[in-house]
Amino acid sequence: MKKTIFINILLLLSLTSGCSFTGVKPWERDLLAQQKMQLDTHPLDSYLDDHIYYSKENSSGGQGVGGGGCGCN
Amino acid sequence: MQLKKSNKSKQKFIKNALSIATSTMLASISHTVMAESDWEVDSAVLFYSETDRVSVIEPVVSVRKEISDDEFLGMRVVVDSLTGSSANGAISTSSAQTFTTPSGSSYTAAANETPLDPSFHDTRVALNGSWEKPLSKTIKGIFSVNASSEYDYDSYGVVANISWDFNNRNTTLLTGLSYNIDSVNPVGGAPTGLNAMSASKTTQGSNLDKTVTDILLGVTQVISRDTLMQFNYSYGMDDGYLTDPYKILSVLDSGGNLRGTDPYLYEKRPTTRARNALYWKVAHQFTDDVLHFSYRYYWDDWGLDSNTLDVRYRYELGGGHYIQPHLRYYQQNKVDFYHYNLTDGSIPTYASADYRLSEMTTTTFGIKYGIEMDNGHEFSTRLETMNQSMGGDNKGPDVDALILQLSYSFDF
Repeated sequence: MKKTIFINILLLLSLTSGCSFTGVKPWERDLLAQQKMQLDTHPLDSYLDDHIYYSKENSSGGQGVGGGGCGCN
Repeated sequence: MQLKKSNKSKQKFIKNALSIATSTMLASISHTVMAESDWEVDSAVLFYSETDRVSVIEPVVSVRKEISDDEFLGMRVVVDSLTGSSANGAISTSSAQTFTTPSGSSYTAAANETPLDPSFHDTRVALNGSWEKPLSKTIKGIFSVNASSEYDYDSYGVVANISWDFNNRNTTLLTGLSYNIDSVNPVGGAPTGLNAMSASKTTQGSNLDKTVTDILLGVTQVISRDTLMQFNYSYGMDDGYLTDPYKILSVLDSGGNLRGTDPYLYEKRPTTRARNALYWKVAHQFTDDVLHFSYRYYWDDWGLDSNTLDVRYRYELGGGHYIQPHLRYYQQNKVDFYHYNLTDGSIPTYASADYRLSEMTTTTFGIKYGIEMDNGHEFSTRLETMNQSMGGDNKGPDVDALILQLSYSFDF
């Protein structure tokens, strides 16, 4: 049930926002080019966070693939 | 004729001058490119400490070097040193309990205290090598290999990520594939699942494997000059020995007391697991500040599903200084075979009392301070608190942890 609601919300979001995705011209990329606007601004922070939560919770995936396993007791 | 000769001479001079200027300019550009393609170094050290349980110190160094236009080689080294106690899965009782360690000795948990196995002490070394290669003007590949080793666990993996820019580089499609082969060598051998905990336990061998395969499909879309959005789906399959060889369950009799014979059984999990995740991320820049928001919905065939929300707001203080508050909220429902304890006479096919498989909520609050210096170097530090609160039929205590990280990035 929860899954269905979630997928419906995402479909609705993509349909309603799809028409407004005009993008930008090459000369309008000044802000997007900044380090702080990257999807992963600090890869080591993400790596360490992934390691913590992979060890202490039981969900994985979504953001990327791979990264190496651990016993994580 | 003379005039013509003079013109020719002039043309030759101009041609030579242009050649020299062009060569000088190219040399200068080449020099600039060379100067810009220094080694990029990211370094950090993480201190992670749980109240009365595990402590970890984890230094990590990552280097990256441009070897030709937009082609990079990278390497990351991590050392992960762990000490302390870990919950063994048994419930607390009104009297002291004695348990057998994996190596055959024993330890005691006091009355009314959650049993913690104090014998954990391990150092893990993990290496990663990566190669970023433009495959065309709009397609880029990132290929990497991973290897990690600790006392009772080794892992080897390969990863390939291919991204394709189109729509004037406003849209990027991403596909990723990874494959890991892990080897588990439990201290004292891998106990046979749902058999009694004892120094002379029955085992199913001492070197067991599992494979982990993940595939990811994603799209990144530039929404406007100040907004970027990403949407991913990932599917993973685990196959092999997925049980935690050190976790046990308490078995109670009909009166609610530990049964007299074999009161503790080793846990047992299925040998396959299919995982799914949907992930959505938005980055938006206000005047100077940047908001990063992400949401993940996860579900698998063990019956677990979870929701993860992550919000970071980078607030610019001026002069390169910034602070970044962070909130992360995670909620998971239990796997089908989670049991807080078992009951004598009704032992299921699979069972685990590992709190990480139970219903729980994790809340993380933190703040990060950073400074970007004029020479391009960056220093940052973050301090966070993490609380894990159990729910459903897990009556176990909260887990609290403190996270401190120091980072420094520079080129040379």
